[in-house]
Amino acid sequence: MAFNYDQYLRIEKMPTLWCWGCGDGVILKSTIRAIHKMGWDMNDVCIISGIGCSGRFSSYIDCNTIHTTHGRTIAYATGVKLSNPKINVIVVAGDGDSLAIGGNHTIHGCRRNINLNFILINNFIYGLTNSQTSPTTPQGMWTVTQKHGNIDPTFNACNLAIGAGASFVARESMIDPKKLEKILVKGFEHKGFSFMDIMSNCHINLGRKNKMLSAMENLSWIDSITMPVKKYNELPEEEKLNYFPTGVLRQVEQEEYTEMYAKIIASHRDNGPKITQDDFAKKI
Amino acid sequence: MREIVSTGNALAALAAAEAGAMFFAGYPITPSSEIMEHSSDYLPQRGGTCIQMEDEIAGICAALGASMTGVKSFTATSGPGISLKAEQIGLGFIAEIPLVIVNVMRGGPSTGLPTRVSQADIGQAQYPTHGDYASITLCAGSLSECYTEIVRGFNLAEKYMTPVFVLLDETIGHMHGKANIPSLEKIQASIVTRARFEGSQEDYKPYDVPMNKPAVLNPMFQGYKHHVTGLHHGVTGFPTEDAAQCEFNIERLTGKINQVHLENDGLDDLPDYEEIDMEDAEVCIIAYGSIALGAYEAVKKLRADGIKAGLFRPIMIWPSPINRLEEIGARFKDKIMVTELNMGQYSKEIERVIKRNDFTQLLKANGRPIAPAEMVAKVKEMM
Repeated sequence: MAFNYDQYLRIEKMPTLWCWGCGDGVILKSTIRAIHKMGWDMNDVCIISGIGCSGRFSSYIDCNTIHTTHGRTIAYATGVKLSNPKINVIVVAGDGDSLAIGGNHTIHGCRRNINLNFILINNFIYGLTNSQTSPTTPQGMWTVTQKHGNIDPTFNACNLAIGAGASFVARESMIDPKKLEKILVKGFEHKGFSFMDIMSNCHINLGRKNKMLSAMENLSWIDSITMPVKKYNELPEEEKLNYFPTGVLRQVEQEEYTEMYAKIIASHRDNGPKITQDDFAKKI
Repeated sequence: MREIVSTGNALAALAAAEAGAMFFAGYPITPSSEIMEHSSDYLPQRGGTCIQMEDEIAGICAALGASMTGVKSFTATSGPGISLKAEQIGLGFIAEIPLVIVNVMRGGPSTGLPTRVSQADIGQAQYPTHGDYASITLCAGSLSECYTEIVRGFNLAEKYMTPVFVLLDETIGHMHGKANIPSLEKIQASIVTRARFEGSQEDYKPYDVPMNKPAVLNPMFQGYKHHVTGLHHGVTGFPTEDAAQCEFNIERLTGKINQVHLENDGLDDLPDYEEIDMEDAEVCIIAYGSIALGAYEAVKKLRADGIKAGLFRPIMIWPSPINRLEEIGARFKDKIMVTELNMGQYSKEIERVIKRNDFTQLLKANGRPIAPAEMVAKVKEMM
């Protein structure tokens, strides 16, 4: 039997505002399927989005939803999660949201290891606002703000997340929705900050002057720059520069922030023990 | 009543906790940091949460996020922090999220005078962010009011579904002394909690309210699923660009505070101002915040010297006590002396309300307080 998306959607908001062939719709469907697999009660789910095409994500799923300001999703989500530790929080943000204007919150969300499920919809461009350069726009591509070619080095979002200490870091594209769904479920199951760099197409505003006028051409390009991490690891170092590894790149068990804060409350309120350096695996 | 020896900042943190705040998020900044330091004890002691975020913006975002779910929440900062938080304050206004924002004022602009007193954020409190809205701003004029105006701020935020500023200044925030504050029972009896929609979940429309009424935002995760956005929105909370709806939204956002304040001569049952020796006064000093403490002394000294002086001290700065200010303008004419620690930010509001500009000003913006002797000398020049 075909999967019934309607039970999770705000059907009156359909069709979405996204362009024909946009990958965001695929990510929306995979997210719904992943939520379904988790068996979450939608009353206990909060979806928080930022600004840009991905910002509309929160309005389509029927749960408690917050459409915040540009770049601040993780900061709002931190308030939601810390004051409601039992709630399942999904954060959706674009490449501009999470790596440019909101970069600081991304770093500290990862470091704090608070149990948020962070979906970076990475389409390599500011799509909604007409093709301005984003931190993930590849060097040499055309944008409206760099019509003679983008000279800004390309951001590797997962490397940032690993460096900042996220306990779950994964990358996938939306080309294979089943694979994407599996990655999302792994991220949702993980306790701690789950950073998921999900590559998506924007043939309208990335593709138009970069020889990817159709969704298929844009997807073929994404396919050509991604490679499963196992295969990627076997490449010679100089060839690795041309690919983004996909799959789970890091998963470790680490103290989760709301659980640690519960100990702070117990310490203050119930005369519980104070937290000391001995409570942590790492000493520095 | 309780007699407590404390600082203004510590009293502000205690007031928030006793008013039922369960969440604080902020970033260290002089001269307000002690509010976060004390909250890191007071909140977890009551099962709440206090978190130091990565920057000022994150501080207010997390506080707004918590409040959106129904948890009473606040943040504290100083002028530069308000500048950074400005965009999020706007989301608080348009989405109608209750939040108390404490600003312990220091000298500006920019980094300015971090450790010195100022009252130069009066204008910023009225229009902290872009767009149209109406701000509620309270200003504590004593240690006791660092407590009572914070409690009042939470109650107004919940009643009117809006961010509320409570202004302290460096002097009053760091002043250490005796404060008489209401008993905990009295405070708890005064607590206002945001209205809830009790009908069926299918019928829930958080912004389906009449003109000049606040939105009804139920706590999240209790069945009343809804959408919160910084975009203009219709009655269900989802984005709209409908001209009539947007016009209604802005009229309602400003009217629910300004119009209601005008019609009811206040937003609650508490005083919007304090008057000292005004009955037979021939000259009126207008001062607020820590500067009013000096003005009390000046009034005494002037009276001892045979000049019948009185003091008008606004507590609710925005919306300003328009009716009373008009009466003062009509009664005292040019025998009004406004004194404040800025280049005349509140004076401009007085001029707007009383439609005169022939009153005297005693202004200072160098990080130093205004001594009672300076006020006395200025008034004597006028007489």
